[in-house]
Amino acid sequence: MIKFFLMVNKQGQTRLSKYYEHVEINKRTLLETEVIRSCLSRSNEQCSFIEFKDFKLIYRQYAALFIVVGVNDTENEMAIYGFIHNFVEVLDEYFSRVSELDIMFNLNKVHIILDEMVLNGCIVETNRARILAPLLILDKMSES
Amino acid sequence: MPAVSKGDGMRGLAVFISDIRNCKSKEAEIKRINKELANIRSKFKGDKALDGYSKKKYVCKLLFIFLLGHDIDFGHMEAVNLLSSNKYTEKQIGYLFISVLVNSNSELIRLINNAIKNDLASRNPTFMCLALHCIANVGSREMGEAFAADIPRILVAGDSMDSVKQSAALCLLRLYKASPDLVPMGEWTARVVHLLNDQHMGVVTAAVSLITCLCKKNPDDFKTCISLAVSRLSRIVSSASTDLQDYTYYFVPAPWLSVKLLRLLQCYPPPEDAAVKGRLVECLETVLNKAQEPPKSKKVQHSNAKNAILFETISLIIHYDSEPNLLVRACNQLGQFLQHRETNLRYLALESMCTLASSEFSHEAVKTHIDTVINALKTERDVSVRQRAADLLYAMCDRSNAKQIVSEMLRYLETADYAIREEIVLKVAILAEKYAVDYSWYVDTILNLIRIAGDYVSEEVWYRVLQIVTNRDDVQGYAAKTVFEALQAPACHENMVKVGGYILGEFGNLIAGDPRSSPPVQFSLLHSKFHLCSVATRALLLSTYIKFINLFPETKATIQGVLRAGSQLRNADVELQQRAVEYLTLSSVASTDVLATVLEEMPPFPERESSILAKLKRKKGPGAGSALDDGRRDPSSNDVNGGVEPTPSTVSTPSPSADLLGLRAAPPPAAPPATSGAGNLLVDVFSDGPAAQPGLGPTPEEAFLSELEPPAPESPMALLADPAPAADPGPEDIGPPIPEADELLNKFVCKNNGVLFENQLLQIGVKSEFRQNLGRMYLFYGNKTSVQFQNFSPTVVHPGDLQTQLAVQTKRVAAQVDGGAQVQQVLNIECLRDFLTPPLLSVRFRYGGAPQSLTLKLPVTINKFFQPTEMAAQDFFQRWKQLSLPQQEAQKIFKANHPMDAEVTKAKLLGFGSALLDNVDPNPENFVGAGIIQTKALQVGCLLRLEPNAQAQMYRLTLRTSKEPVSRHLCELLAQQF
Repeated sequence: MIKFFLMVNKQGQTRLSKYYEHVEINKRTLLETEVIRSCLSRSNEQCSFIEFKDFKLIYRQYAALFIVVGVNDTENEMAIYGFIHNFVEVLDEYFSRVSELDIMFNLNKVHIILDEMVLNGCIVETNRARILAPLLILDKMSES
Repeated sequence: MPAVSKGDGMRGLAVFISDIRNCKSKEAEIKRINKELANIRSKFKGDKALDGYSKKKYVCKLLFIFLLGHDIDFGHMEAVNLLSSNKYTEKQIGYLFISVLVNSNSELIRLINNAIKNDLASRNPTFMCLALHCIANVGSREMGEAFAADIPRILVAGDSMDSVKQSAALCLLRLYKASPDLVPMGEWTARVVHLLNDQHMGVVTAAVSLITCLCKKNPDDFKTCISLAVSRLSRIVSSASTDLQDYTYYFVPAPWLSVKLLRLLQCYPPPEDAAVKGRLVECLETVLNKAQEPPKSKKVQHSNAKNAILFETISLIIHYDSEPNLLVRACNQLGQFLQHRETNLRYLALESMCTLASSEFSHEAVKTHIDTVINALKTERDVSVRQRAADLLYAMCDRSNAKQIVSEMLRYLETADYAIREEIVLKVAILAEKYAVDYSWYVDTILNLIRIAGDYVSEEVWYRVLQIVTNRDDVQGYAAKTVFEALQAPACHENMVKVGGYILGEFGNLIAGDPRSSPPVQFSLLHSKFHLCSVATRALLLSTYIKFINLFPETKATIQGVLRAGSQLRNADVELQQRAVEYLTLSSVASTDVLATVLEEMPPFPERESSILAKLKRKKGPGAGSALDDGRRDPSSNDVNGGVEPTPSTVSTPSPSADLLGLRAAPPPAAPPATSGAGNLLVDVFSDGPAAQPGLGPTPEEAFLSELEPPAPESPMALLADPAPAADPGPEDIGPPIPEADELLNKFVCKNNGVLFENQLLQIGVKSEFRQNLGRMYLFYGNKTSVQFQNFSPTVVHPGDLQTQLAVQTKRVAAQVDGGAQVQQVLNIECLRDFLTPPLLSVRFRYGGAPQSLTLKLPVTINKFFQPTEMAAQDFFQRWKQLSLPQQEAQKIFKANHPMDAEVTKAKLLGFGSALLDNVDPNPENFVGAGIIQTKALQVGCLLRLEPNAQAQMYRLTLRTSKEPVSRHLCELLAQQF
């Protein structure tokens, strides 16, 4: 199961956080700092999986932005690793060349996308067109 | 795709975010955020109804603020109102806010439930999805009660839209996990399984997660899913089906769904039905075959997706552990990955192969990769990959390759990362024992371990070598010779001294014939290390010395001289002193026969599972509870701490649960008197009992350490933001405290609020709060008369050294206090270091022309800066023992002044500031507490124990802290409370 999904930049600023297990807000900040610290301390020669506390972090770096997913041992690391990229591809398609700023300014939309893809810690949808469908409805409605 | 403008045209949001980005400091950011929060709050509170756009904008801002780590305590009601909007945009924002910001025990759940109910009944699929997402995200029990019965119906209804079914499946999963009792099993369960056949892949993806969870809980009820999952998988893998829609990812058909189906199958043993099994094996073979085919795309996404399926397939093959052919193929495939240039694949291959090594069918195949794995151990740049390699070597080790693997691991240990040294040490120790053909090799290996990584050799390891040497007489002579040689090294690790001391004490006679290791040589060699060792080791050596007196009567005079030396007989450490005294007396009083009986060779230990193995299992076992929830540290780093902790003194100190005075303590266990009772004691020390293994304590340890960290620097600023210069007249100006000042002070030791003083003119009330080393106190001066007080001036005075120990800042108060009126004075207090006397409060005023003055003791005592600390029993005992110097302890035995009521005592101890620890003291009547005194300069850890004796109406109170005056002072303060 996915425990959390984070987007944090190199400066350690969280750009998106979604927890699938309840975590107190003050512990979140602490956890996020720890998570990004362990990601930053790694080199390219190291693998993308970090054993962290009693679970695993799977992370990928896109420019200055890290996407970090915390999972327990029931997930397939490679599948999550691929899934992160799929998520970024969806963002890229919607925002056409997505940047960190797009994510900051459209937090609600990124949340919608993530909610379509992951629900309750499980991957629920991977098809791009279907992921973006509700968002497109939303955009159409706000235009009219 | 529409071009999306930045911020979706929400200019206010963009401005706010840029502002935050431009903030130069944390303070500026907080200021900006507070301003924005105030703005949004006023907008929400305003009379003007907000339009959808504004609501959306504000909610986005709140989300952003929340993301920065600030709690949001308003806006929930507005969000709930949005739920009932008919506009999708508004409804969506409302649900988003709630799913991010509302936790499951919010009071708003009932209102939210109402909105959800309406949306579920709306038959509008987008609304239904929003509502279902919300349940899946929040998932509280109350929600479960409201909807658990409806969701299964929605899930299996023929007319539900695909997206609704997807959401319903995950929603049901959440409710089932949170409160399984609320989800009734029924005819829907059979139909849920058939969702595996749904023509929509998204529905299948969602359903598999739900079914996997249900299968784990009730495997028998869901057996039918096996054949359905196999046929679904087969259709995907063979790409025969046309229902893949757009679920092909870089030419890989439905990778995530395939992985999930393979996971689901791992809930069960291999299919019994031959046809199903045949089909499945075919699938698995296809996946393995495809891995050998040239890739359909050069894109890394293609191979990642393919490999995800491949690894899951291998997991399933390993799980079945019944198809030798497949297992060997899996092993070969992983062998290829071991040399792959992608670190990720090497890591996963090592991890997978580790489980493969334990299968009888593939063990030999795994062993063929030993050179690659050893190479990985030496050359990998990533510590976690090296760790996997070490794990794999451990898993593939058997009698045929044990010597090679152990020597490679020993070599690796010299350069290994600190984080994994202890684990490697444990593994080497286990392998050396398990595959030892001759025990001299075993002894050599363990001594090498101590030499290379002595700090990481936990007590289990050296206990174990002693157990084995004691039980096998064929190795005793060799062991004695080897430790003797090892001890000749100019600098040898303390663990070596312990092992050496014990072994020579037991078997030194076996090498005494050689003049190079004659008894006096053995003794002087050991004694040359004595002064550099910790108390525990010295205690062990003293026992060795008395054994020497028995083994080698010629050393008696020398050893008695050593025991008689002032440094032993008057040693500050009680344990050492006691041993020296007792051994000296034993050696002079007892006859040779008695001595020989008392100090007979240790009997063999009972055969039991290696305690090292138990320790390794604990290290590997999943941490109890989620680390996310309680912020615990991971087990590995915890163990590193365990490894470098000061040598536990259990071996030498009496059991902490025994009489704390230590007079009637059990005899020191490492001394081997031959009485049967004492024999058992030794066995106990070597067993896994909690008392015998301090330093293995689980995580509360960490919590305790982190509490010792100095408080965050911000807090003093916040609390002492507006200091007023203290008007501080010299102590000579004020009179002595009133006679009852001490008594008044005592009333406030265990409480913070109340009336400090009262006479016919004036009443002084106190309200105070303390946090870490800071405190704030409100003094309320009430004029009880009808006449105005004039020149009213209360001041705080620091007598003696207090100035440097405690900073008190006062604000001036009005010089006139009207009749019947009350004025308030605020005091900001900072504890700089530990202090003994409270500050004085001097109050002067003129009443009807007559000067009045009064001096009181301000109720600020050292215990106010107590931070309670929770810890487990064994941690408590370990700390208790660490504070065993006589000056660290203060004890008082006194008569009860109040009725002895356990509840009242508890309340008083809590008020005193310490945490009350349950299940620590073996006697439930006793109270045990722990805490830390926080001062700016230092923290003082405090442990306390209160033993009431109802019959005698007496108490015994014992305090141990790391500072002598603190122990005494706390003891005095607390003793007056009962």
